[in-house]
Amino acid sequence: MYVRQLQVTDFRSWAHADLTFEPGVSVLVGANGQGKTNLIEAIGYVATLGSHRAPTDAPLVRHGSTRAIVRTAVVNAGRELLVELEITPGKSNRARINRAPVGRPRDVLGVLRTVLFAPEDIALVRGDPAERRRFLDELLVARSPRYAGIRGDYDRVLKQRSALLKTAGAARRAGARGEELATLDVWDGHLARHGAELLAARLDLVADLGPHVAAAHAGVAPESRPVEVRYRSTLGAALPDGYGVPGGGRADPEALADALLAELGRIRAQEVERGVCLVGPHRDELELVLGEAPARGYASHGESWSFALALRLGAFHLLRGEGTEPVLLLDDVFAELDRRRRERLAEVAAEAEQVLVTAAVEEDLPEKLAGARYEVRDGEVSRAG
Amino acid sequence: MYEGPVQDLIDELGRLPGIGPKSAQRIAFHLLAADPADIGRLQDALQRVREGVVFCEVCGNVAEQSICRICADPRRDPKLVCVVEEPKDVLAIERTREYRGRYHVLGGALDPLSGVGPDQLRIRELLNRIGTDEITEIILATDPNTEGEATATYLVRLLRDFPGLAVTRLASGLPMGGDLEFADELTLGRALTGRRAV
Ligand SMILES: Nc1ncnc2c1ncn2[C@@H]1O[C@H](COP(=O)(O)OP(=O)(O)OP(=O)(O)O)[C@@H](O)[C@H]1O
Ligand SMILES: [Mg+2]
Ligand SMILES: [Zn+2]
Repeated sequence: MYVRQLQVTDFRSWAHADLTFEPGVSVLVGANGQGKTNLIEAIGYVATLGSHRAPTDAPLVRHGSTRAIVRTAVVNAGRELLVELEITPGKSNRARINRAPVGRPRDVLGVLRTVLFAPEDIALVRGDPAERRRFLDELLVARSPRYAGIRGDYDRVLKQRSALLKTAGAARRAGARGEELATLDVWDGHLARHGAELLAARLDLVADLGPHVAAAHAGVAPESRPVEVRYRSTLGAALPDGYGVPGGGRADPEALADALLAELGRIRAQEVERGVCLVGPHRDELELVLGEAPARGYASHGESWSFALALRLGAFHLLRGEGTEPVLLLDDVFAELDRRRRERLAEVAAEAEQVLVTAAVEEDLPEKLAGARYEVRDGEVSRAG
Repeated sequence: MYEGPVQDLIDELGRLPGIGPKSAQRIAFHLLAADPADIGRLQDALQRVREGVVFCEVCGNVAEQSICRICADPRRDPKLVCVVEEPKDVLAIERTREYRGRYHVLGGALDPLSGVGPDQLRIRELLNRIGTDEITEIILATDPNTEGEATATYLVRLLRDFPGLAVTRLASGLPMGGDLEFADELTLGRALTGRRAV
């Protein structure tokens, strides 16, 4: 698939922008702060309904405006779909596909699929486990959009159950009889059911993704020790053998729901005591292993970069292998890479149906990276070659 | 910003659910231009709800007298009770014209985040009704979202203990994460006729 047109209104620094692209490589070149990343971010937003660098929508709306609009025309296998999003922080966003309103913004997921690699991705390796869970869940949604709903349901049940644990814990400490717990069994059941669906999908994803990440890493950093990704569940030893491992069995949500429920029962006293939900995919971790050691805390800056790049390229290859041709978005990343990794990334970019690249100066780009050039300056974008 | 009472009116309207700043403004200026008699009727209606809405003693629906029209109607099947969250859900189901039984309005759903547990809902009243009336089937028609599903699960657990009582749940097909009120009549009617034992 490829993005044929991007129009934004009041998005970040842009009062208005209108760009048309072709398949293949397109590079946005311009000085720092001219709004190149903002355009990439807008495209990423259509694919994920979130920004890769802001946890909330508020910063996406241009100062002085109350809403931002992003329109993309996406061509997939010869068919063009127009996706329009109106982003209004503090209210629910509105979405249209081919001018027809959709029930929920979530319904646009799947129209555009992207893999975005950006300087912020160093946090995939060095940041909190939440960064890696987000990586997995975004990839799940790119793989199969229905996981956006499953993730949403799980988060909601988790919030409700956590609220119940908190009040129950407080009541118990105050000497009450714990009537609040009358409904905890119900929430346990729902948490286990939704959590198991999410967990099963993540385990299968990690099993499928692992080999792609290892291969991508060997490509960008052949001199380095090999890498591995492993899913660590709060179920610990209660996780059935072979789940989440390449070549292992597909994860069975029913078995996982039973395991989660049993685990919730086992640690209930502790959860009530602490007033937090201690078991479930919201506390799981994607372990990144470099050689023998965890990458986090051990990998050098360059090694961390290679790992982050391998995660993104692995995701790209996984999606391609499954028949979706995601748009590759490379935000300001060539400057961070040494020559070999630049060239390797340029080779992968050449395979993609469409790659959108940003760079401050042409010199940051590898020579091999041909394609269209757009100059971004003073709130204008002009085709430069 | 407008001056004085106009802005106050816009602010008040904007506080209402489903009304954004633009709609609030539109409604406010509509009211300013409206016939005084229309405004009078609106004022009266607001005054009357303020003085106290009556809730049906049996089902908890909003009513004009102590027993609502549906509970008082001898043609409605007393063996069948449909459990909903809010009075607006009663209206939604009535619009389908598929249902000839009675209702029980819980007054919400389990929602620990808002401090709503079983004691804040009309669950004890439901159990009392089942204990004394000739009810043979309970249809759980809570919203198809997280809180509604949890409430249905909780009720299933309580209602299992009544011998001979059938408990059913609206058939799926309702948009998940939704609100009964917004389901179209056809879908809701189908969900009702296709209900399943739980
Ligand atoms: N909500 C907003 N409203 C107005 N301007 C904004 C908003 N958010 C960001 N900006 C402006 O956008 C500019 C940054 O844009 P962007 O990150 O796209 O730059 P860039 O071209 O990618 O630069 P670099 O080469 O440094 O990465 C900054 O000048 C910032 O002040
Ligand atoms: Mg940038
Ligand atoms: Zn009644």
